[in-house]
Amino acid sequence: MTRNTLKLALLSTALTATSAMAQDVTLTIESWRNDDLVLWQDKIIPAFEAENPGIKINFTPSAPAEYNAVLNSKLDAGSAGDIITCRPFDASLALFEAGHLADLDDMDAMGNFSDVAKSAWQTDDGGATFCVPMASVIHGFIYNKDAFAEVGVEVPNTEDEFFAVLEAFKEDGNYIPMAMGTNDQWEAATMGYNNIGPNYWKGEEGRRALIAGEQKLTDEAWTAPYATLAKWGAYLGDGYEAQTYPDSQNLFTLGRAAIYPAGSWEISGFNAQADFEMGAFKPPVQNAGDTCYISDHTDIGIGMNAATDNPEAARTFLAWVGSPEFASIFGNALPGFFPLSKEPVELSDPLAKEIVGWRGECESTIRSTYQILSRGTPNLENETWGASVAAIKGTSSPEELGADLQQGLASWYEPQQ
Amino acid sequence: MNNARTNPFNTWAMHGALILYTLIALFPVFVILINSFKTRKAIFREPLALPDAESFSLIGYQTVMKQGDFFLYFQNSMIVTVASLFFVLLFGAMAAFALAEYRFKGNTLMGLYLALGIMIPIRIGTVAILEMMVAGGLVNTLWALILVYTAQGLPLAVFILSEFMRQVSDDLKNAARVDGLSEYAIFFQLVLPLVRPAMATVAVFNMIPIWNDLWFPLILAPAEESKTLTLGSQVFIGQFVTDWNAVLSALSMAILPVLVLYVIFSRQLIRGLTSGAVK
Amino acid sequence: MQRARTRWHIAVFLAPAVLVYTAIMIFPLFNTLRLALYSKVDQERIYVGLDNFRTLFFDPIWSEQFWNALGNNFWFFIVHMLVQNPIGVALAAILSHPRLRFAALYRSAIFIPTILSFVIVGFAWKLILSPIWGIAPSMLDFVGLKSLFAPWLGREEYALTTLALISVWQFVGIPMMLIYAALLSIPEEIIEAGEVDGITGISAFWKIKLPLILPSVGIISILTFVGNFNAFDLIYASQGALAGPDFSTDILGTFMYRTFFGFQLQLGDPHMGSAIASGMFAIILIGVCVYLFGIQTRMRRYQM
Repeated sequence: MTRNTLKLALLSTALTATSAMAQDVTLTIESWRNDDLVLWQDKIIPAFEAENPGIKINFTPSAPAEYNAVLNSKLDAGSAGDIITCRPFDASLALFEAGHLADLDDMDAMGNFSDVAKSAWQTDDGGATFCVPMASVIHGFIYNKDAFAEVGVEVPNTEDEFFAVLEAFKEDGNYIPMAMGTNDQWEAATMGYNNIGPNYWKGEEGRRALIAGEQKLTDEAWTAPYATLAKWGAYLGDGYEAQTYPDSQNLFTLGRAAIYPAGSWEISGFNAQADFEMGAFKPPVQNAGDTCYISDHTDIGIGMNAATDNPEAARTFLAWVGSPEFASIFGNALPGFFPLSKEPVELSDPLAKEIVGWRGECESTIRSTYQILSRGTPNLENETWGASVAAIKGTSSPEELGADLQQGLASWYEPQQ
Repeated sequence: MNNARTNPFNTWAMHGALILYTLIALFPVFVILINSFKTRKAIFREPLALPDAESFSLIGYQTVMKQGDFFLYFQNSMIVTVASLFFVLLFGAMAAFALAEYRFKGNTLMGLYLALGIMIPIRIGTVAILEMMVAGGLVNTLWALILVYTAQGLPLAVFILSEFMRQVSDDLKNAARVDGLSEYAIFFQLVLPLVRPAMATVAVFNMIPIWNDLWFPLILAPAEESKTLTLGSQVFIGQFVTDWNAVLSALSMAILPVLVLYVIFSRQLIRGLTSGAVK
Repeated sequence: MQRARTRWHIAVFLAPAVLVYTAIMIFPLFNTLRLALYSKVDQERIYVGLDNFRTLFFDPIWSEQFWNALGNNFWFFIVHMLVQNPIGVALAAILSHPRLRFAALYRSAIFIPTILSFVIVGFAWKLILSPIWGIAPSMLDFVGLKSLFAPWLGREEYALTTLALISVWQFVGIPMMLIYAALLSIPEEIIEAGEVDGITGISAFWKIKLPLILPSVGIISILTFVGNFNAFDLIYASQGALAGPDFSTDILGTFMYRTFFGFQLQLGDPHMGSAIASGMFAIILIGVCVYLFGIQTRMRRYQM
């Protein structure tokens, strides 16, 4: 059965003429990337449809905040689209276990991806892969080159240099040193804690030790990032407590802030809106010469609704998404979403190039809370949001935060008990 | 009657209070509207300034219009809202009349049953509703939305209308009965016109959540041809949105039609209110 | 004979509403509430009786959130009762003044916030109160009160009250309209009779009109109660599903939504979500019963 489907899939990719004879099928894609709507409509879909005349693609994104709820409701009721954009780790794993996502292990295109890339969309034992990896995002800091030149500071490598730069901007007074707010909470955790943290817990080493129960959240490696975040508060804009994510983006792109703690997904938006030159630097290390670690987070994959009426067409599409051709279109159309395929993609955007270059200099890891550790209640990722905000505001000490998080995690996660 | 007991000071105080509150009520809408016509830089530099020759820009509206067929979305929203209101008012008034007019076994119980719906957010029934619509083949049709909004609006409509219908004088109805009018005629010709103010009130209250709802359009009718205006403009108001020109323009476009609708309905509302007062 | 005819009318009048309402609302709702008695173990749905409620009320992780949300919800309601309804009544009283000019204009303008969507309201106010955009700070600066400005939505101690006041701003039109309608329907003779006795102006309002519109005030109170305990959208639109900062704006609606549909990495749990929804349902049902059987009947008697 699977062989047949595979054959069909191969046939339809190889012999586009045959599929043109069949009636046109329309595949609907569920996604949370409403920012990318134009890109899909103008570039990705035409490229695919040109090669596969019998298949039409309909990209129907919803807002990121509602995506999970909307998708789950539709899947339960049987009205979801044929193709599902996959969140990494447990959200998609749960869909697979509930039988909503099809097993894609038998697809040839899976060979284009490394095991690390696939790990975000596999069962814990690696026995089944249910989404084709699309892209990862890398954390770091984006800065305003003009502002740096004006104030006369260099890109920082160590933490001391980093705070010296912030101090210089504060004294200068023309720029808000760093654009970040705590109103929406997730930035503090994602662009704060998980951005600078890997340098403290040594990337994968610490992350795996935490999952294995060999390290605790009360350990120095896990509380020290909170102590560093606590020092950030003084360099954020006035009223940062009520500053939202779009506020921060606008502060930076309007040239009012010098540094933006970033995820690489910002690049295309910033390119369109900022009229100054931008650069990027990695999360600073403690001492010059230390190994650096970056968060290179597998963020987006794409899979097939197990209940689709058009499995062959869906597999054809997914095989195309797994191809180097798609990686090149996607990577260049959306600089900052870095394709996960083994074959490196030539990127043209200078900022994206700079950031993806860190993969060669530093050790890569993913966000510490995403795999396994956010499976229970209380949810470690959501708790980390609150903890990172509390650290920046200075309402709790790093030790208290570590103790709270550890207690919450230990309440349901056996290896930590 | 009611002789000029109002001294000029009181009149001024009343106008003062009303003007103050009107300003408070309109200010945020005003801010959104003026800024939707400005360039991005101008929005941030002087958010309170009116657009002038230099800062005037329609870029936001252009972005929004590129994103979809807003006239179709508007038409969908209109159809859904008007049809739902019609059913809510008709069915609601009929049920309210039955509850207010007749004594029968289980009257109170029926009233309570019909009021249950205002106590639980209908959103939690989403999956079952969606399953039903899938089974009935109504997904991505406006009927799915009309049905849900009708059901959602009924409890409040029955609740408010039955309160008002109890106030309609019995003498009138009994006189009509003596004249040989059927119960249906009494309802349609006598009672309905008398509760017009209440009907207008229910219409306005129901119109708002229906027009502004994002959830059910998103789940039940997300297809391009059945998209509502609120859903269409939602593309710009996500968590990851920085394009404030587009956001403000989309918001303005979502505000204006409701304003127009409201002005139309509010005439009815006022006429209804005054006719009710004259009685 | 007569009786049988009447019965048919009742059925015909009730049928459409009851059918649509039962099929599309009651059935799905109770189908979901039923889930509160089940739990999911290894992809199997098993009956667990009241276990979910035990977790909700006695597991510290859950009960802390529940009581926090409930307390916040009561504060949200109190602000509405103390601010929204008095302002609404006052505006209606002024508007119903017989020789007020431009009354229609004022009334329409004040009602406009009510017709806006939560997304618009949340966005507009966030923008006005934003410390970055500077509308609120510069306006306060203009009247020399800049020092009073604080990032209200970002501070635990102010955020909920600020949101409640935004909600008041949005919905004040509803009590205003209902009271206005009630005031207009007071028979002219009663007011004239009062004037003969020398009761006019403000004292006429307190002594004659207010007692007569008490039933409407009652309806408004119960609508406010039900609305507030079902509230969700405004807080979700402006503070997100985690109702920050630090859950200080979390109310039952956001708590239920977050649990039922999941959020970010937290997967949705329809079973616990339904348990919370059942709790909300019980609270609202109690409130409505208190109103129907306690307050409303008493008010009827007053009117007699």
